[in-house]
Amino acid sequence: MTFRKYLVIAGITVFSTVGDSLLARGMKQLGGISLHNVSGLLLAILNPWVTIGILLLLAYFASYMSALSWADLTYVLPATSLGYVLVALIARIGFHEVVSPARWLGIALIAVGVGVVAGGPSLTTRRDLPAAQPAGPTRYQPNIISQKEANR
Amino acid sequence: MSELYAWAAIALITLAATTGDVLLALSMKRVGDVGELWRAHGLWAVIGRVFRTPTFFLGVLAMAVAFYSLLFGLSWGNLSLVVPASASLTFVANAVAARIFLHERVGRRRWLAAVLVAAGVALMAM
Repeated sequence: MTFRKYLVIAGITVFSTVGDSLLARGMKQLGGISLHNVSGLLLAILNPWVTIGILLLLAYFASYMSALSWADLTYVLPATSLGYVLVALIARIGFHEVVSPARWLGIALIAVGVGVVAGGPSLTTRRDLPAAQPAGPTRYQPNIISQKEANR
Repeated sequence: MSELYAWAAIALITLAATTGDVLLALSMKRVGDVGELWRAHGLWAVIGRVFRTPTFFLGVLAMAVAFYSLLFGLSWGNLSLVVPASASLTFVANAVAARIFLHERVGRRRWLAAVLVAAGVALMAM
């Protein structure tokens, strides 16, 4: 894991959290949209909050796909839950909202869970999957990690 | 009765989201390290290779099913039940599915993390 790869994982957390928040803010401005009023849903993308929210969620999807190309699903997935922690911290520090003890406990469990995964190897699969294309000369070959090391 | 519908939606969301995550992870492993590929052949080569991987579109389709199940689930059940229940069940289901279908070595460390994160997400909703 290089510094650049940690940045991509951080991008997953930040882009999804900020994107969701902006999307929610924009949709609240527009009011309720019913199934009978589908044109309202199409016009929603003209709202600047919704537009920026969608762009950030696209950035989230790109970073998520990038991370899945070089790390295990069970390594990347806990990082996506750090967004819940980020939202609670923004609510507490930025908006001075009260965070209940149960939520603080939830924050602690998620943080410990992410720390436990981050301390282990990021890739444990063997390269035995068929490639979509014939391998080029510069094709990346990760090291195979032994069962013993993976279970540390 | 509406509670039964809510739990049916939660089961559907979990199943679809796990299927989507596994298919997307499988696709990206077939594509190979995106960073290396980008440096060697450029961004368009990366996009081209992703779009020539059929399982990628199946994964996106499964994610769309999960998203619409969530919308329907929210119309039947409470936001405070459907979202945390499906999110935390998805963490545990993904650990099982990644072990079976992706052959990831889910050791004690990863199991512990999946359970901790699932419990944490459930608590965040309170």
